[in-house]
Amino acid sequence: MNSVRKKVVTILCWSAVFAFAFLAAPALAAPLDAFKNLEGTLDIAGGTAHIPVMQRAARNIMSVNPNIRITVAGGGSGVGVRQVGEGLVGIGNTGRPLTEAEIAQYGLVTFPFAIDGVAVAVNPANPVKELTSAQIAGIYSGEITDWKDVGGESGGIDVYGREDGSGTRETFTEKLLGKTPLASSVNVVNSNGAMKTAIAQDKRGVGYVGIGHLEESITGIVIDGMIPTQENAASGKYTIVRNLYMNTKGTPAGLTAAFIDYIHSDEGAGIVSESGYIPIPPK
Amino acid sequence: MRIVFGSPPPPLWLKTLAFSIGGMLSAVFAFILFSALSAAFQGGGLSLFGPVWAPYAEKFGLGPMIHASLLLSASSLCAGWLLSLGCCCLLRGVGPRCFARVLMGILRFMTAIPTVVYGFAAVFALVPLIRNALGGSGFCWLAAGTMLAVQGVPTMALIMDGALRSVENDVFLTAAALGMTPLQTLSRVVIPASRPWLVSAAVLGFGRALGDTLLPTMLAGNAVRFALSPLDSMRTLTAHIGLVLSADIGGGENLSLLLAGGLLLLGSVAVSLLARRVSRGRNDEAA
Repeated sequence: MNSVRKKVVTILCWSAVFAFAFLAAPALAAPLDAFKNLEGTLDIAGGTAHIPVMQRAARNIMSVNPNIRITVAGGGSGVGVRQVGEGLVGIGNTGRPLTEAEIAQYGLVTFPFAIDGVAVAVNPANPVKELTSAQIAGIYSGEITDWKDVGGESGGIDVYGREDGSGTRETFTEKLLGKTPLASSVNVVNSNGAMKTAIAQDKRGVGYVGIGHLEESITGIVIDGMIPTQENAASGKYTIVRNLYMNTKGTPAGLTAAFIDYIHSDEGAGIVSESGYIPIPPK
Repeated sequence: MRIVFGSPPPPLWLKTLAFSIGGMLSAVFAFILFSALSAAFQGGGLSLFGPVWAPYAEKFGLGPMIHASLLLSASSLCAGWLLSLGCCCLLRGVGPRCFARVLMGILRFMTAIPTVVYGFAAVFALVPLIRNALGGSGFCWLAAGTMLAVQGVPTMALIMDGALRSVENDVFLTAAALGMTPLQTLSRVVIPASRPWLVSAAVLGFGRALGDTLLPTMLAGNAVRFALSPLDSMRTLTAHIGLVLSADIGGGENLSLLLAGGLLLLGSVAVSLLARRVSRGRNDEAA
């Protein structure tokens, strides 16, 4: 019901936009006008955090011009780099900056477009709502194994992490663990969704997700007094953040360039915030 | 099937097809083995067979994954094989007839269920059950092993059932004439005589258990450690390939993936060769 209403509202908004665009065509150009004379296929793959933004943008573009086909796939940051580098996709998304080696090997150009915070999460039934970064490091390195040691009810801590190559994991490791080695007992799941499922079911669980993925089924932990919200991540009050990047092989042209410009337009910024991230203006 | 002397040779198109498929398969095997070998040589300094997986410290040991793959597939094969044999006995006269018919229907239906459905159901039913009843996170050897055993049952049971049925047809009258009850016929004649098929069902089951990626990834927890308790989280070679595939390009991680693929292939080949020898040995003994 809700989604139908949302669709109706979207359609109404777009009709209004079009009507307005037609009436004031010479004076005001809508950001989607750039796609009017384009056609072809654009494949996008990589970071999973990017998917909602890419899909909404793609839907908007394809509804204006049916001659354009845009496909959006996940796979993770590593896959994004590899596929764009080998020319399999037009845009490869990463949730981390490219390494020197990657830029040199493939000649990639990078476009940061959003800020995403990483939140540590527990089951809502867990009385622990606040941890210090030292406690989190202790939990993930295996020094703290019982909730009663961090002010909770007695019971073993089930620690969940993400797979090697995950952008979320990289941000988490870099900002919270530093050089502390990870315990070998950490369970590994391979997406934000799987992490949510695990934490939402496991009263003794702890894990981490992108802030945009926080919802009622899991509770974001206050770290060193920093509350994990989008606003705090944008204002710099919450410091466990990362940038989301689009990457292309060489300077983009045609449809690819138009897509990147669209993400960087005001309308694109709207999509980014709607998806739960904070837009970064183009350089 | 034996080609009778004097029968016409198979048509040319059939031969061509057989050779091209054989060629393609050997090319794939050769590629996997070659890349695994070259990875093993290239990664000499990365202790690829070592016990420690710590990419940040340049250690890419597959030891824990090999351990987990062997434990998980062996344990789930034992459970699944026994379950399958039990199902077959029920189908072949141990249980009531109407029950056998229902069981057969269920087994046929189960072959059509994709693995992901088993995994999904287990995440929401079996894992919380283990977590609440036995402790730990619930994502463990026990959860993955149970589901692997269950998903292997229909294939193995249907193979076994086919074999038992044909042997039974051959010996039923003779056994009855000797005064054996159907149950005696089954346990003393039919099952021992079906040994080669029971072994080949086990080989097939082992191959599937060793090669399954989805169930271990979803249920076994994927922690890199030498799991010894059934409640420990473990990461199999297949899950490892799936998880690391999204990691950085090049480097030790990639080499470890190539090696993992080669090891999986070698494992399957070794088991099927062993099984062939075992069943042949038995046949010679009997003859």
